Amino acid sequence: MVEFLFYIFAGLMVLSAIVVVTARNPVHSVLWLIVAFLNASGVFMLAGAEFLALILAIVYVGAVAVLFLFVVMMLDVDFEQLRGNFKKNLPAGVALGILLMVELVMLSLSWRVVPAVTTASSSDTGVTNTEALGRVLYTDYIVAFQGAGLVLLVAMIGAIVLTLRKRDGVRKQNIGVQVGRKISETLEIRSVKSGEGIS
Amino acid sequence: MEQLLQSYLPILVFLGVATVLAGVFIALSLLAGASRPDAEKLSPYECGFEAFSDARKKFDVRFYLVAILFIIFDLEVAFLFPWAISLGTIGEYGFWSMMGFLGVLTIGFIYEWNKGALEWE
Amino acid sequence: MDIANLLSFGLNTLLPILAGVLLISIPLMISVAYLTLAERKVIAAMQLRKGPNIVGPFGLFQPFADAIKMITKETIVPSGANRLLFMLAPMMTFILAMVAWAVIPVGLDFNGNPLVLADINLGILYLFAVSSLGVYGIIVAGWASNSTYAFLGALRSAAQMVSYEVSIGFIIVTVVLLNGSMNLTDIVNAQKDYWNALLLFPMFILFFISALAETNRSPFDLPEGESEIVAGYFVEYSSMSFGLFFLGEYANMILMSAMTVLLFLGGWLPPLDIAAFHAIPALIWFLFKVAMVLFCFLWVRATMPRYRYDQLMRLGWKVFLPLSLAMVVLTAAYVVYGR
Repeated sequence: MVEFLFYIFAGLMVLSAIVVVTARNPVHSVLWLIVAFLNASGVFMLAGAEFLALILAIVYVGAVAVLFLFVVMMLDVDFEQLRGNFKKNLPAGVALGILLMVELVMLSLSWRVVPAVTTASSSDTGVTNTEALGRVLYTDYIVAFQGAGLVLLVAMIGAIVLTLRKRDGVRKQNIGVQVGRKISETLEIRSVKSGEGIS
Repeated sequence: MEQLLQSYLPILVFLGVATVLAGVFIALSLLAGASRPDAEKLSPYECGFEAFSDARKKFDVRFYLVAILFIIFDLEVAFLFPWAISLGTIGEYGFWSMMGFLGVLTIGFIYEWNKGALEWE
Repeated sequence: MDIANLLSFGLNTLLPILAGVLLISIPLMISVAYLTLAERKVIAAMQLRKGPNIVGPFGLFQPFADAIKMITKETIVPSGANRLLFMLAPMMTFILAMVAWAVIPVGLDFNGNPLVLADINLGILYLFAVSSLGVYGIIVAGWASNSTYAFLGALRSAAQMVSYEVSIGFIIVTVVLLNGSMNLTDIVNAQKDYWNALLLFPMFILFFISALAETNRSPFDLPEGESEIVAGYFVEYSSMSFGLFFLGEYANMILMSAMTVLLFLGGWLPPLDIAAFHAIPALIWFLFKVAMVLFCFLWVRATMPRYRYDQLMRLGWKVFLPLSLAMVVLTAAYVVYGR
């Protein structure tokens, strides 16, 4: 049963990944990317990594792909014209692909699994894998964890520096001023005699 | 392991049932409803005039900024979950480790606040 | 796996699950139908009107009349739209709103076990994941319609949901910190002595307000603000494809109420540990509490004026986010040093 589901998830993942690359419309690409992510999350689940599976759905599908969709919808460019550049950029793309491939292979050859990891994450010990993760991530791997925090900080600052544009002549609401208004500043009570009015 | 997967099986079944249900609803309405399309009926709603241009146009860059900030804070939340579960075990050290992480991100938050990135114009 | 094995798997495992799925989804859809009626009745009562009262006694058959009308209407797909995605978007909203219910424990059975379809370790994380996917139905609808209003509504709605999701995440973390588990049954059982609403009262309020924003309910309903951008992302929808959005939205409302009850109001636990209260079945307690929270949803809609967009974003990012983050730190400090 598990094998059967694995082949379904993995097969769909590969298929949708292919469509991501070949789809004509970039919005379709992103939507297929989401399908690929969800299937990857299914594969994680089959491997017993429930926390990673759900986090993949939350972070990649729920957040990163939303950004991709925003960007793709926002880009007001002619995609047919972009497609014309395909041949021109092909060598660079292939080179980058090969580089990534080599890195992955090198990584998989030199990958060492700490023996404690396999025992900590197996569900036989009665510890859920989320808790097993939590027990090591914030203490044994504190350097990597704080590094992640710094990366997020850089990302935050980078995003603001790159996208923030001040627009002139915008009138903003200042809630403090609004709430702090006193009756005496805004309202004046006068008694008006009939037939005279107020000058 | 098997038990873990068994606990998730109903979700998969539910997904299937919900998909079928949604399909049935749509199919029912396609079968039962009339279908007499004409050009005016099929034009997008536009307060009585013809649409000037394609509706999918550029929009404010702020939406993009909101999406990026959301990713960053979502990741922060993702880091908080295993920590919240295991805080009883990792104790004081784990607590201060997370405080360091949150402190760094709070600096970023204060920065964006001061820069006015959180303001909507 | 041979045929006999497959058959026994189907009979012993899949069939009970399927029965459970139907036992949840059918009452859910009936509740959604009656929630629409309840909404009209409650708001009518608050505005000194009668509300629907023609179809059946007190208008009780009104939802069915609405359903039949919706199914028999013409499905219109605008000419500039992307047909497939246009039809897919409401289906996505509906499916996500349904699927979330798989992990909600609705009460206890006669042996004292929780009544839940999928008793997973990470129930609350699963709910968070499903609600974070909810944006897609809306973005896809807005983009596929190729209508200015739909597009604007979808953008607004996506940015709004995304902003409030952050604080919902932090609020959930405070609950997980306090109760030490992400399993919904454990979270409820951990509230035996005190409901989380007592210990985390500010978070309870924030969660309720964020739930309003997350479900695009009034006073945060400006993605669909009828008076400015007609109906937002579903202007172009008609017939049952509109109906699916409607069903999904109301199912999400019930889901958010159920989450509020499970996280803060002690789930199916009676408010006081008295025998008389324990005589009432857990399921009834749960449904009663959910109905109370739902009433608050409707009450707010009848009372509050709509927010402006900049105010909404300000509230989400500048008030809710820092408050909930501070509360995470406080709760964690309490867990580590306080007990």
